[in-house]
Amino acid sequence: MAKTRTTPAGHAHEPGAGDHHHNHSHHDHHHDGHHQHGDAVPVAPPQPGTLISARGLCLKRGTRSILEAVDIDIGPGEIVTVIGPNGAGKTTLVRILLGLEKPDAGTVQRLDGLNIGYAPQRFDRDPAIPMTVSRFLTLARPATPERIAAVLGEVGAGRIATQQLHGLSGGELQRVILARALIRDPDLLVLDEPVRGVDYVGEAELYSLIGKIRTTRGLGVLLISHDLHVVMAQSDRVICLNRHVCCHGIPQTVAQHPEYVRLFGPETARAFAIYTHAHDHAHDLGGAPLPANMPESVRPLAATKATPDA
Amino acid sequence: MLEPFLVRALVASLALGVVAAPLGCLVVWRRMSYFGSTVAHAGLLGVALGIALGIDLTLGVILVALAIGGALVVLSRQRVLPADSLLGILSHAALAGGLVAAAKLAGQRLDLMGYLFGDILAVTRTDLYWIIGGGAVVLGLVAGLWRTLVAVAVHEELAAAEGFDTRKAEAALVLILAFTIAVAMKIVGVLLIIAFLIMPAAAARPFSSTPEIMVGLAAVIGAIGSAVGLMLSASIDIPTGPAIVLVLSAFCLVSLGWSVICGET
Repeated sequence: MAKTRTTPAGHAHEPGAGDHHHNHSHHDHHHDGHHQHGDAVPVAPPQPGTLISARGLCLKRGTRSILEAVDIDIGPGEIVTVIGPNGAGKTTLVRILLGLEKPDAGTVQRLDGLNIGYAPQRFDRDPAIPMTVSRFLTLARPATPERIAAVLGEVGAGRIATQQLHGLSGGELQRVILARALIRDPDLLVLDEPVRGVDYVGEAELYSLIGKIRTTRGLGVLLISHDLHVVMAQSDRVICLNRHVCCHGIPQTVAQHPEYVRLFGPETARAFAIYTHAHDHAHDLGGAPLPANMPESVRPLAATKATPDA
Repeated sequence: MLEPFLVRALVASLALGVVAAPLGCLVVWRRMSYFGSTVAHAGLLGVALGIALGIDLTLGVILVALAIGGALVVLSRQRVLPADSLLGILSHAALAGGLVAAAKLAGQRLDLMGYLFGDILAVTRTDLYWIIGGGAVVLGLVAGLWRTLVAVAVHEELAAAEGFDTRKAEAALVLILAFTIAVAMKIVGVLLIIAFLIMPAAAARPFSSTPEIMVGLAAVIGAIGSAVGLMLSASIDIPTGPAIVLVLSAFCLVSLGWSVICGET
């Protein structure tokens, strides 16, 4: 976990330097993050070693609610997938976790010196900027040609180091963006819809590559997707987001959850054996949850690795 | 033998060509040419106010350019008007303000045509010191912030997530722009500064494979174009700024024509 760069939120911590102990939590890890306390939702502290942990994230734009009391934890070596329809707040959640946006309420805690590799959802190449693949990678961190070749090999994009970025295919570009995230030796990979512009076969390949990288590097992965099918095999946990956390758990459980079926339609969920159980909450026409008893969305995620369902 | 004023102008134009290169590339990459011309137009206001207040004119230009540039950065965060409309309004407001101030405040003491289109006769020894000193400031800022500037130009959100300070990059660009305009306006003139910035970069683009190569080529093209334009201006008695810009546009046409015929790099 050698880190020489600042963490994205600007909460810079040099590794080892200044081990300040602000033990405000019930565990012995030094966390750092926003300490704004919003909704007084009783939540459990993250488990020791958790890379990043958010509690009660709320964000409004004008009168429109984007996120409502969202909790999320990502542990080392774990792939957590957030799925949700368009406008569910997935990218906003990512931006808050990265420190690019401040929540109205809630806290984000990062492990001290956490190094995050990020692949954004949109990457529009600008032909006005001449850019070889290897120069692009060194934007994230200066690196030797050997290191560049090694990272490109790791993502299955060897031999394109000298090519121009704007000449790459969609699949190649996605791998190069992944390589840029990896060249910083991150503890946590944050991939926002990493398969845009990639065909279906390419999607499956890319996801299995991400699974492989997780295994070889032992890093945590936060994956954003709108399609549970292709990420299922690789995900340890799935969080279904529609402004609030609708349901969460292991992929099979989420796929059968009526909230998931309702959000994505029975056709999307058809591949899975559906069994029904009681809704724990309902939605109004705007999609906002009606105040029924909604234990799932407030349940501390770290404590529910396998969701006890039904 | 070259006249001393011509030697001064030649040294100044070569230095300007080099100093303008990194900024010119950044203006092209970040699509800031309208932004740049707005700040450049404000330069005239800086000259007029400098004369009226009796302060150093170059300093006056730097201060006014910084103020306008800062105001633009803040105003560009509004979402009501598209950016090009906003800049179209402010650019010409700045120019009109400069012309009015020049007429009312500075009167006969200001060679208006010289400031609008550049004048080699106007390059004094002090101007030369400004060009070299200001140019050093520009190149120092660019060198110190180059990684941030390029990363932000390529993808702002990704750069921010990787810990680059995007606000610092934005502020540095305005500072660099203000200094470059202040030192270049004597020779090129406020109306043509933006062309002087983006033309070498545009001509360099088809022959470049990395941002750094593009800057290097732009510096060579800018220096050669400025020197050739200046000598043309002196020998056949045409305004300096337009002469330089015409030479640079010839470079652009050849370069872009080549890239169309031979396919882009």
